[in-house]
Parts: sequence; structure tokens; C-alpha cells
Amino acid sequence: MRILVCVKRVPAPGAKINITGDGLAVDTAHLGFTTSPHEECAVEEAVQIVEAHGGEVTVLTLGPAEAEEQLRYAASVGAHNLVLVPIEEVDWDPQRTAAALTATISGIEAAEGAFDLLLFGNESADAGGFQVGVRVAHALGRPIVNGIKGIDVGDGSVTARREIDGGFEVYEVPTPAVLGVKEGINLPRYPTMKGRLASKKAALATVEQPTEAGGQERLRLHRPVEQVSETVILGEGPEAAAAVVDVLEELGVLA
Amino acid sequence: MTMLVLCDHDRGTLVDASLEALTFGRDLATRAGVSCEAVVIGKGAEEAVGQLAAYGATVVHLASHEVLTDFGPEAWGETLAQLVASSGASIVTACGTDRGNEVLAHVAARLDEPFVANCREVDPSDDTWSMTRAQWGGSLLEDVTLAAGRKIVSVAHHAVEAAPASEPAVGTVTAFSPDLDASLARTVVTDRVVLSRGITLATAPVVVGGGRGVGSAEAFAPLEELAAELGGVVGCSRAVTNNGWRPHSDQVGQTGTRIAPQVYIASGISGAIQHWVGAMASKHILAINTDREANIVVRADWAVIGDLHKVIPAITEEVRRRRS
Repeated sequence: MRILVCVKRVPAPGAKINITGDGLAVDTAHLGFTTSPHEECAVEEAVQIVEAHGGEVTVLTLGPAEAEEQLRYAASVGAHNLVLVPIEEVDWDPQRTAAALTATISGIEAAEGAFDLLLFGNESADAGGFQVGVRVAHALGRPIVNGIKGIDVGDGSVTARREIDGGFEVYEVPTPAVLGVKEGINLPRYPTMKGRLASKKAALATVEQPTEAGGQERLRLHRPVEQVSETVILGEGPEAAAAVVDVLEELGVLA
Repeated sequence: MTMLVLCDHDRGTLVDASLEALTFGRDLATRAGVSCEAVVIGKGAEEAVGQLAAYGATVVHLASHEVLTDFGPEAWGETLAQLVASSGASIVTACGTDRGNEVLAHVAARLDEPFVANCREVDPSDDTWSMTRAQWGGSLLEDVTLAAGRKIVSVAHHAVEAAPASEPAVGTVTAFSPDLDASLARTVVTDRVVLSRGITLATAPVVVGGGRGVGSAEAFAPLEELAAELGGVVGCSRAVTNNGWRPHSDQVGQTGTRIAPQVYIASGISGAIQHWVGAMASKHILAINTDREANIVVRADWAVIGDLHKVIPAITEEVRRRRS
């Protein structure tokens, strides 16, 4: 299997997200960065599939030059080829991102042959546009299903499972196919020391993609106004149990 | 001019989120000066139309085709895109559920239009719309403008409360037969696996949550007991699933399940953004934590300061004592 995974570099926030003075971006002065969680699982899934069935994994990202860090991380856990589409701006809108990724994937496939499987995260952790994978799949004329938490590779098709309330939906999708995966499909491995060292030497291709902005334009980011209510402390330790159950009775959940 | 509201259903049972979409849609339609029409797609659709007029649908489009045996993102997207073209609709909306956002993304890709997901407020007074949408699962908001011939937007789930229209609309039911290629069956659901028939995390009236502070897989047993006593289920934070203590299907958060119980009892959970956005739709939150300054304690309605391993069994015991 030849598999391509699209990932996004995102800030790793804790309890609070701050915004830059111009309102256009998350203030990352005191934050680390990570691979968007669904996509970290997509990389792991691709590596597991290739370990079981043979083949190679290419990881593609569109982002700032620093996104090389997330590509190298992917290499440290088993990805073979790394591709960066560099951008100057904080973020591109979803249409523009999809157009650039489509052009890049088409370029790689023209030179090296088609991928059997393209994996995206269901949505990015930060912007959450819920559409880039679908747009790319449509532009390439390939089937796509989102929300995938299980993949079995068959002969000429993949069986994909999508979590719904209380169970799974099953899809049988012919390859070449595109899947939007969700965290929980696997538990991503940590890189080994050997993997880390090898990732530093992995070849990284940089592909510029001149594209035009789409119809959605960011004006500013802001934090939602929270209804701050005073927290009522019911007590300390197990002695508070009676007060807790009073509250539960009041809420009608003891019935 | 027309707005189309995609109303999702599960084999003939209308999904509650569809009523949020209609509530949002009919208000937006009024302000944009267009009619509000519902779209229900596929097998069983005719069984799901009952409430749509009461929620403001002047017309209900029932789309059927032999490919549409069950949910299929491509087939649904193609169907809706064709209806947009044939009806001349200028606005398309849905609730920002997994399915809603997915189908609208397909519509947008097919019509080559932008798609703005998870809006909370939309101002349609100018040709270019101004809107506020959710980022980071709703913990950050983004003001954007939308310049497009046809406006495709989803409303963030739980952003509006579903409410019937002050006067019911006519709700004329009309059939729509899309022209679908048989190949679109490639992404239609082929089978379903039921894992649990009882209460689920997304619908439970009570969720007892545990975080890193629980300490181990075994230490979740008292949380299970309390949840069972209250007719609820156990949820957990991302740290817990990353440690392998609970399956990912129990995870509450941005990359897990969004819960909306009557009460969320969050124990040993600090309340990082990732977790908070999955819990913030809870009607009430009761935190149990040793740290009075923990994010979840500050945002909770009530809190008990103490060790969950002692507090939770004491609550269970008190519940049993009052029942007996």
C-alpha cells in the first residue's frame, strides 16, 4: 500500500487560549506545538497498515516552515517520505488549503504513481473547518468517508468503521480511497531513540503552491464570553456527601 | 429565494439536532428574506417529517433514489447539491454534527463554494455575510466574512436551543428524485454494529467523569458504582484514554464525545481546553478535586474539595442510605 497522510501543526493549549494583539492568531509565546490529534492517529494507522501489508507512508503538511517539526515527528514513528507546502500566513482558508493539497498530491502521483489510500484527520483541532479532506477527495474523484475509527485493508477495498451513538456504521470503500479518521482508531506510539535519530536524516521535499484565497476570510479571533458563576463549595472530603446528594435530589436525578 | 435546511434522520427517526438546524435556519431565513425549506434524504425520510412544519419548514423536500438505502456522505451531498441547483436555493444549512458538516462539505465541494462550519451567529444583511464561528471545539470564536454566490453554513451543535415556530408553517411535502450514479453506493453504509442498547455517553442524564487523578483502570470501579446508582454512565478525560485505563469511546472532549447531561460529576479532572469543550454543554457541573484552583472547579456550579477516592464512595453510600 502507498499511503499519504495529511497533517496539521497546531498549538498545544492547556486550560486557556490567549490571542495575539492583532486578534488574528493564537498567542503561542508560551505554548508548544503538536500534530492535530486526529491526524497523529492517522499517521499511526498508516504506519500500522504498512507494517502489516508492506508499502510506504508519505506525510504531507501545509503550514509554516516550523511544521517541519511535525513532519520529522511523523518520520520518527515510521513515516518514510515528508512533504511540506510552506505558507507565510498564519493559516489558509479551507478552499485554498484544499486546492494546494490537491495540486501537491497530483504532482506526487504524476511522478511516482497513485496512492492507494489518503488519510486526513476528521477536522483540525484549531480551525476546525470540517471540509479539507472532502474537497481534496472530490477534486481527485475518489470516495471519502469521515469519522473513521477502524480500518481493515482488503483486496481492492477497505472496510471502514465509523462510531455512532452506541455502535458502529460499516463502509466498504473501493481503493484508491480517502478516509477522515478520528482519535481512538489506535493509540499512537512514542518515537524510539533510533526513530528520532533516523527522522533527522529523512528526506523532506518542499513544494510551493501558489493558490488564491477562497470565500471565507478571518477577521479576528476572540474568546467567548463565559457566564462566570460563583462555584458553591459543598464541603471538604467525604463529609460533603450529604450536601452532594441534596443537590442531586434537587436536580431530580435520584428518581 | 430559498434556504434549504438539511434534516438528518436515522432510518426514519428524526435526529434532534435537525430541530436546532431548523430553529437556526428559520430565523436566518427571515432576516435574509428567503423561504425556509427542509430536506430529508433517503429511505425512511417520509417517517421523519412529522415535526418539521411546526419548526418552520414551509416546504419539505423528500429525496429518494435506489442508491439512498442508508446514510452515505457522497450520495447525500450529491443529492443536496442537485436540489440546490434545481430549486435555485441561495442558502444551505444543517446542524454542525459529524454528518451535517460532512454532507455540507460535499455540497460545497460539488458547487465550488465556500463552506463555513459551526457558526454561532450570522449577519446576512449585506451581500458579504459576517459571522462568528467556533474554533477549538468552541473554546475560541472566529469572526469571518463569507463572500459567495450560494452561502453554505452549519450551525454549531447546542448553539441554539430547538424551539417550535410561534406559528407552524405549511410544510408542503414534495418529492425530489436526484439523478445519482450507481457508483455513489461506494460510500453508503453497508452494515451496522450495535455495541450497547442502553444509555450512551452522548445521551446520559448523568455522567460521572474521571481524570488523571483516578490513578488506574481499577480505580474507576467506584465511579462505575455511582454512575449505575444514578442511572448514568462513566466518562473520562484524554489523559485516561492515553494511559489505556478506559476505551476511547468513554472520552469526553474535543476529540471524544460531547456530553450534555443534567449533571456532570467531574472527579480528578483539571479541565483543560480539550476536555472542557466536550463537557461545557452539561446543564450542571459538580467537581470533585483536591485543587480548589483547578479549571474545572472554577467553572463548576458546585465543588467538593477532597480526594475522589474517598468522596465518591461516600456519595454512593449516601444515595443508597436515602433510598433504603
